[in-house]
Amino acid sequence: MNFTPHTPAEIREMLATIGVGSIQELFNPIPAELRARSFDLPAGMSEFEMLDRLQDLAAQNCAITPFVGGGYYDHLIPAAVDHLAGRSEFYTAYTPYQPEASQGSLQALFEYQTAICRLTGHDVSNASLYDGGTALAEAALMALRATSRSRVLVDGAINPFHRSILKTYLANLDVEIVELAPVDGMLDLQAFARELDERCAALLVQNPTFFGAVADYSQVAEQVHGCGGLLVASVYPVALGLLKSPGEMGVDIAVGDGQSLGNHLSFGGPAFGFISASKKYIRNMPGRIVGETVDREGRRGFVLTLQAREQHIKRHKATSNICSNQSLCALRGLIFLAALGRQGFVELALLNRDKAEYAKSALAAIKGVKILTVAPIFNEFTVSLPVEADRLVSELIGRGIAAGVPLGPYYQGAGNCMVVTVTEKRSRGEIDRLATELDMLLNQN
Amino acid sequence: MQLIYEKSVPARRAVRMPSSDVPAAAMLPRELLRSEPADLPELSELDVVRHFTQLSRRNIGVDTTFYPLGSCTMKYNAKSLEDGARISAPFHPMIALLPGGESCAQGSLAMLHHMGELLAEITGMDEVTCQPLAGAHGEMTGIMLIAAYHRAKGNKKKYVIVPDSSHGTNPASAAMVGYEIVTIPTAPYGDMDLDAFRAALNDEVAAVMMTCPNTLGLFNPHIKEICDLAHSVDAMVYYDGANLNAILGQVRPGDVGFDVVHVNLHKTFGTPHGAGGPGSGPVGVKKALVPFLPMPRVIKRNDASFGVETGNPQSIGRTANFFGNFGVMAKAYAYILMLGREGLIDASEKAVLNANYVMARLKDLYEVPYDQTCMHECVFSAARQMQHDVHAIDIAKFLIDKGYHPPTVYFPLIVKEAIMIEPTETESKETLDEFIAVMREAAETAETDPAALKLAPLTTPVSRLDETKAAREQNVCFT
Repeated sequence: MNFTPHTPAEIREMLATIGVGSIQELFNPIPAELRARSFDLPAGMSEFEMLDRLQDLAAQNCAITPFVGGGYYDHLIPAAVDHLAGRSEFYTAYTPYQPEASQGSLQALFEYQTAICRLTGHDVSNASLYDGGTALAEAALMALRATSRSRVLVDGAINPFHRSILKTYLANLDVEIVELAPVDGMLDLQAFARELDERCAALLVQNPTFFGAVADYSQVAEQVHGCGGLLVASVYPVALGLLKSPGEMGVDIAVGDGQSLGNHLSFGGPAFGFISASKKYIRNMPGRIVGETVDREGRRGFVLTLQAREQHIKRHKATSNICSNQSLCALRGLIFLAALGRQGFVELALLNRDKAEYAKSALAAIKGVKILTVAPIFNEFTVSLPVEADRLVSELIGRGIAAGVPLGPYYQGAGNCMVVTVTEKRSRGEIDRLATELDMLLNQN
Repeated sequence: MQLIYEKSVPARRAVRMPSSDVPAAAMLPRELLRSEPADLPELSELDVVRHFTQLSRRNIGVDTTFYPLGSCTMKYNAKSLEDGARISAPFHPMIALLPGGESCAQGSLAMLHHMGELLAEITGMDEVTCQPLAGAHGEMTGIMLIAAYHRAKGNKKKYVIVPDSSHGTNPASAAMVGYEIVTIPTAPYGDMDLDAFRAALNDEVAAVMMTCPNTLGLFNPHIKEICDLAHSVDAMVYYDGANLNAILGQVRPGDVGFDVVHVNLHKTFGTPHGAGGPGSGPVGVKKALVPFLPMPRVIKRNDASFGVETGNPQSIGRTANFFGNFGVMAKAYAYILMLGREGLIDASEKAVLNANYVMARLKDLYEVPYDQTCMHECVFSAARQMQHDVHAIDIAKFLIDKGYHPPTVYFPLIVKEAIMIEPTETESKETLDEFIAVMREAAETAETDPAALKLAPLTTPVSRLDETKAAREQNVCFT
């Protein structure tokens, strides 16, 4: 297509109005010695050729049945999500700085904030963050601000990618990060009690843990609060269909990745991160927040609020540098939750758990495979193998199955362990095939 | 309009989950379960569809309306980009990080690598990471790279310099990386005050962050001198790519001397803004910073296959879950493929032509605080209209009634009553002429009937909203 609509006659008229002889003259403020030394790019193409090119690239990926998560999960997405989020009044709008012209986005984000609060049991959510990992880092920063302390305890059972993001975010700040090595894939309660003191801004945990273990952190929350710190929990939103909510446990700040709520895997993004908290922390919250108000006639309406926390007003004193968030992905999350509804969301969670328990039993029956997750699980669990998990996973990828995430790269001495994920999309047949292939590989050579 | 929660009817259902093909698992222990299901709305699918369709009609976007929001580059988002991105929907990012998994993600990795190469050529940098998830995230990543560079060299650095015309994200991003901010005023000619800059520059300056053209839409002719001065104290120079749409093919930040650059794919490279995101903020760097790039890093191996590097100890680590907003990158990649070299050059030329045309036709009625040839956007002040107690916001609301999304108002902060217009290249002369006519009508109305402007907007679902009440009551969640 032609991306610019100007005809030669129009260009001449416009130049005459401006009072220059050519478009290039408009670039005269740029000194000659600063001009581009190269701009070696391919010639343009039609949309049809472009789509062929992308299809060709896609064909170089292979179809794999994923029993892996790592923070991203292969879930069903109702058709309504793509169709409604595909309304271009939503996706071609900008951040709703002009509220009268943006009530659609603003009301949707208010409804999204409400949905997140109802999942987490908190009373404040922002309008989204980038992803689950950066949300965890922002939560840590928020806790550091709220407590004016400089020490953070981090459960080693948190997703290692998210911990890496946290370290990246905190690397240049005067903050001490204490990582607690997990025991049985869960928070080491003794080490935690040892390290907890009045310098701690927060303890960061994850539920279920990276290893798949589900826990109740109510007791831990009391301990943290006893020292004046905050409990931050990264949660898997689909699991909140069943699991005790962060709010019920006394968690102060909950975060998570919203990808599993109606966002495609899309090789890692875009999706969204969410963050919620008790209302007393609202002024320390990063990012945009939508609030309810009224117009001149007293009609209900929505605006971006508490903007004095944000970079465009406060510059370097802002609670965060975030500007663009992941609004459209948050909208997808809201549509997803509305389409499933109160009961459907519970059924989704139950399906995940049923499939995972079925897979756990199937794998436990294989000679040499041991289930390491002793705690109850949601849709993930950890197994140990009689061989290096790396080798086994690599072999099974050749057979079209991503059997699990090997733990060797992330935990010392865990080279023969892997985490297996089973979402509602995995059929009994696929799970059986995983078990059969594993058994053949381990026991029938 | 009712909230979706107010439309909820107990026991109504929309989408059904598949029936289970495995036995039901035992219930989890009670202490692990929530006391009751999350109170999500209960609706039919048609209820859901109508609700969000109605909401969409209370919004305007580039597809419905001219949207000259300065500094945001609201160009047309080609429909084929959406189709292009959909192709990558089913790919799980974890596969590429598994042992043996790279071979199953060659297409995705190839696209990321090629995208990096294209952006490196466009910006004149040596290598690009596509991981940052938005422009501000790219800024923070870029400053982290600079911090890592200084740490590795043993440099003791404390400050980051930003001009007062910068986007708020610049100082906010540098502050997130622990730097103190030194703000340099803008000189009467519209660029950063060079003398003040020289005076502020010392051995403890880690970086200088520049937007070029700046937020006044002006290209700083001294930009190379600024880079050279910064380099003389081993400070790195950061290019905020928010305004890159002005200079594609004309200037490459890397050639000028910039060390780090971020680009906003949702601005310059035609991907939609999504009512506030997702964006994507790839960061390009010069060789000295390559060792510190975030992990995972997509590489091309000697056998021409693509791989993922995760183990570099000098890296700043991860800044995001996986490889960045891949779906957004797919759209920007599609955009670059379709426009090609000539199309990108043409885009900047027409963006600059459109902005200067709007400026030329409005400057008799609106004050231009820095009256020079502009680049892709022009900044007016409503100072003259203020004599009639008409503010930039009143003009903005009047424009809404006339069917436009208003320009950016009150930014940059250094211009009183700023009205910042960025038409972008995809708008036709007729569209600009109609918009200009309405802007002229606003200026006239400011003189003849200022009270009328204060009433606007009247055509929207709500009139002006009480922002003070919102901030005071903090009602951010429906109960």
